[in-house]
Amino acid sequence: MTAGLRLVLDKVGHAYDDMTVLDDISLTAEPGRVTVLVGPSGCGKSTLLGIMGGMLAPTTGTVCCQGEVAPDCLNPLTYVFQDFALLPWRSVAGNVALVLEGRLSRAERADRVREVLALTGLTAFADAWPRQLSGGMRQRVGIARALAVRPACLLMDEPLSALDAQTRALLLDDFAALIERSGTTTVYVTHNLAEAVRLGHRIVVLSRRPGRIREIVSIDRPLSDRRAGDADLAAMEAALWDMIRDDAAAAERDGPVSGHVSA
Amino acid sequence: MPRLDGPVPFRGGGFAPQSRAWAAAATLLGLIALWQAAASAGAIPTLFLPPPAAIARALWHLTVSGELWKHLSASLSRLAVGWVLGTVFGILTGIAVGLSSALRSPAMAVVSALFPIPKIALVPLFIIWFGIGEGSKLATLGFGVFFPTVIATAGGVDNVSRGLIRMGQSFGLSTWEITRKIVLPGALPAILSGFRVTSSIAIVLLVAAEMIGADRGIGAFVLSAGNLYDTDNLLAGIVLLSALGLTVAWLIGLAERALLRWR
Repeated sequence: MTAGLRLVLDKVGHAYDDMTVLDDISLTAEPGRVTVLVGPSGCGKSTLLGIMGGMLAPTTGTVCCQGEVAPDCLNPLTYVFQDFALLPWRSVAGNVALVLEGRLSRAERADRVREVLALTGLTAFADAWPRQLSGGMRQRVGIARALAVRPACLLMDEPLSALDAQTRALLLDDFAALIERSGTTTVYVTHNLAEAVRLGHRIVVLSRRPGRIREIVSIDRPLSDRRAGDADLAAMEAALWDMIRDDAAAAERDGPVSGHVSA
Repeated sequence: MPRLDGPVPFRGGGFAPQSRAWAAAATLLGLIALWQAAASAGAIPTLFLPPPAAIARALWHLTVSGELWKHLSASLSRLAVGWVLGTVFGILTGIAVGLSSALRSPAMAVVSALFPIPKIALVPLFIIWFGIGEGSKLATLGFGVFFPTVIATAGGVDNVSRGLIRMGQSFGLSTWEITRKIVLPGALPAILSGFRVTSSIAIVLLVAAEMIGADRGIGAFVLSAGNLYDTDNLLAGIVLLSALGLTVAWLIGLAERALLRWR
């Protein structure tokens, strides 16, 4: 992964019917770096992620890819979903194989499945049904499936928010290691600021609806150096919270608005 | 101020009936024994309701004479072909209705208009169209099975999680792959419960069509036994129909267990 993929948003805006949810977003997700989108609920961050991966057509503006993609990449822009989006009628291995079928030979497919299951610690669960797994394990399957297509860009839509706090903390460390190792361009949507400072190289703070870029914060320390309780990260987290606190309170009073990739 | 003293009374539990296979078998056997005892005691006029022993004797004679297989094979092949025809076209139409805006309203208009017609009323018309032979019987069965299958399938497709479909799209699966690997398995539980409805409809229509114009088949056999006041054979035919219905339901149960293991 020498060059990597850059994702460039130019004046992107989006409206559902008459309600503007995103306005004038210009932003670049740099190759091999983690861009985190944070903001109060209803600010359109999941909508923005949907637009970045081509799952939603923006009302205005454009999204462009720039850069080179590895020859073995099967799906350059790959999502990890909040609700995992696993097929309940396929085993763990079957869910990963789904996205490889018709693109790799049977033997290559089996190898690839084995490789990503080992990477995510799921080898022993290859034949389990999704319903037999805990939430954290299900999201590991989601990650394994995403890594199996050798993505150039990972688009992660609140991947930890359906999980309990302990599982979240454990998976967060795994994510940091996997992202660092794979070297993909990553866009990570969250409302959890601790996740943002743990994973983000650039943290994009969105204002409440209509979502606009309020601030972009950079953290240059490599992910592998960062620990959950680090003082500078905690300070950064507090600073981010000061930024969005008033917006979050106002958004709370306005009530939530759905703006999902799946919507 | 009122006081509460003593242990907290238990008020949960219940509302959890359990299946007892032995009770089911014992009930049926007990009823048959009661019936036989009443007939033997002279409490039931055997000309109008022959006792179980006489029905068993009639079934035995039919079996050894080959008469039973002649009628049963005719009925079974009509049931199989008619049901499969209606089911295949019904599932295809149901998926089209569930997925295509262009087909949804037109097809549902036709289905809604034709579904309420009692299909038995169409038998004379089908005899004019397809002749008195097998054609009219297969058309009656196929028609009767088609509409409930369309409705069950379309409902199942509507209930497939859109999130799973978006997942398929986000990994670049083709429309055909999404239909075959996500929509169809997702609708399968609804389709299989539709089978329970359509199989019993098919048996009703089979008997009705055989009574209107056939010299072979269980329906024709029951009708001719009735015309001859041969209640032993008449009841033997009815017992066969009950056994047929039970067998079909058992087969569907097997299919459900095999295909829906993931639930």
